[in-house]
Amino acid sequence: MSKAEIMGNIRRGLRRGEANEAQRAAVHNRLNAKANNLVPKRAQLPHAEQVALFKSMALEAAAEIIELSEHSEVPQAVADWLHVNQIKELVSASDAVLNEMDWSPLGDIQRVERVAQAGDMASLTTTFAGIAETGTLMLHSRGESPTTLNFLPDIHLAILHRSTIVGPYEDAWKMIREAFGNKLPRTINMVTGPSRSADIEQKLQMGAHGPRTLVILLIND
Amino acid sequence: MQIKSPEFKENARIALKDVGLQKALGNLKAGFPEKRAIAVQRMPEFHDMRDEARDLKNHILENLDIYLEQFESKVTENGGHVHWCRTSDDARKTILDICQQVDAKTVTKGKSMVSEEINLNEYLEENGVQPIETDLGEYILQLRNDHPSHIIAPAIHLNLEDVSEAFHEHHKKPKSDDPAVLMQEAREELRTKFVNADVGITGANFLVAETGSTIIVTNEGNGDLTQTLPKTHIVITSIEKVVPTLEDMTLFLRLLARSATGQEFTVYNTLSTGPRREGDADGPDNFHVVLVDNGRSDMVGGELHDMLRCIRCSACMNHCPVYGAVGGHAYGWVYPGPMGSVLTPQMVGIEKAGNLPNASTFCGKCEEVCPVRIPLPKLMRHWRTNEFEKHLSPKAVRWGIAGWGFFAKRPKLYRQMSNTSNWFMRTMAGKKGRINSLPLAGGWTDFRDMPAPSGKTFMQQWQKKQGDKS
Repeated sequence: MSKAEIMGNIRRGLRRGEANEAQRAAVHNRLNAKANNLVPKRAQLPHAEQVALFKSMALEAAAEIIELSEHSEVPQAVADWLHVNQIKELVSASDAVLNEMDWSPLGDIQRVERVAQAGDMASLTTTFAGIAETGTLMLHSRGESPTTLNFLPDIHLAILHRSTIVGPYEDAWKMIREAFGNKLPRTINMVTGPSRSADIEQKLQMGAHGPRTLVILLIND
Repeated sequence: MQIKSPEFKENARIALKDVGLQKALGNLKAGFPEKRAIAVQRMPEFHDMRDEARDLKNHILENLDIYLEQFESKVTENGGHVHWCRTSDDARKTILDICQQVDAKTVTKGKSMVSEEINLNEYLEENGVQPIETDLGEYILQLRNDHPSHIIAPAIHLNLEDVSEAFHEHHKKPKSDDPAVLMQEAREELRTKFVNADVGITGANFLVAETGSTIIVTNEGNGDLTQTLPKTHIVITSIEKVVPTLEDMTLFLRLLARSATGQEFTVYNTLSTGPRREGDADGPDNFHVVLVDNGRSDMVGGELHDMLRCIRCSACMNHCPVYGAVGGHAYGWVYPGPMGSVLTPQMVGIEKAGNLPNASTFCGKCEEVCPVRIPLPKLMRHWRTNEFEKHLSPKAVRWGIAGWGFFAKRPKLYRQMSNTSNWFMRTMAGKKGRINSLPLAGGWTDFRDMPAPSGKTFMQQWQKKQGDKS
């Protein structure tokens, strides 16, 4: 009922009836083209410079970056970080790439694979891409990587491979379409630094409801 | 929210003398405009993007019915539901119905101005469902039984003491005047509420037709917890928010963060597409999109068509001298500032909101900073005309304009009058060239001097120029 009324109103406003074939085709061509709009020059750089831009923008957004030379260094780096911050438990995503790692450096720190719960201190996930333009991480939901890991714990540790850093957001959408076609995962997150709010007197405070700390483990592979 | 727009003048008078409010508004002026200016400077393509965004919005509006249908079919294909709501009442009932179907006791809410527009919280409460605002600013307001005075900084009219007082009263903890401590308190209070809520309601900044996704843009992460933890996720949004593709959404996201808070990018930009998938370990089982019209479809193709381009960034109010002086509550309804002065008469009626389009100096700053180049002064002028034609303006204004019109249509008489009044004002001003009190203009001269006309009238100068030429 409401739908017919709303559509009727819109069409009356546009001074036409239902769209004709040509109008529909024009819209569908536009949808299928998925063309870029203006992409800022800042984001169109050789890859090495994109990586440098990613780092400086992520730091500006108050993320921490730990650079590693290869994948196998992740458990030790995570263990060191958690030890320094006296954290005893790590809630982890269960992607194969994580499960295949040798986690013995964690020692007495528990690594559990589950969804996050209120009170969790630290989580570990992989990421889908890094976007240099604004130092942004892209993540998506799946069985192995529940979205709560990205938001509930106080600290989010996220692994990013240098090779998955792109310049503009548009390049990340291309990667998403290559991976998922037309059917997106339930949740796609773009995360730029840790949670914050300026709702009290416009003074910026870090750590509102999401993680207070975002640590990017950047693997220069 | 009760409509208090007819009392704008009285509201403004009170606001100007409210010491606390004036202190709080100082934070606005020092913050957003400067941050935006820096962000714009860092993005050399910013103004070209504004042109693109304007053109793209125009294209979307020309094909709005087609894009909305495409969006609906993609949401359905992904296992979600779209509910079309012509009025506020339709939308409230639809949402309550969904809540009752899942036997909801509590509902967490991300920030949504459309939910303010339809008075959702009051309605849910009356019907036994407890809404819990989770955005820090909105949470503070809910504790105080207050409403937002700004579309992205809802509690901007409050000072630290007000927040401290409200938290002390409700959290039963020692009073603190440290914003970090207060935020920590809110974080702890809301943690269990996020986890225990039956339904999560968020707004949407954009709807992507290509994929059937909704996107929210937040800095706190409250919206993400709201849409991930409960079993049911309801998105309340409005019909003009649809965009074609992810690339098109990206264009608007680049403009939105910079125009709103002056950030390079907002911390969390999250796309929701349907309910959780088979094998997902968290996320909602049900996904509903409540599409609200509430007068928007009546704007299509009409005088206010351009207003449908609005992406709710708040740049117009952040730069508005009137908003900066009186704050958002004086406007008396949900949307304040220049965009509110255009939208409110459409949504609640010009009879009630006629004061708002008059609450502008027409300095043009709002149009200058609008990311989608909405001609806000022109649209406010539309309402002024409309108000005049419907004989709704006060008598003094009507007689004044009618009197001026009488002379304006008789050029000879008009010239004589303006020569005489110029002479009169110059004489009154004396040597200092300023008048400190003027009959019938106390509203001006009580607060500042009226500068006297400095020389000859335009017509006199023009005639002299023509004379010099020949």
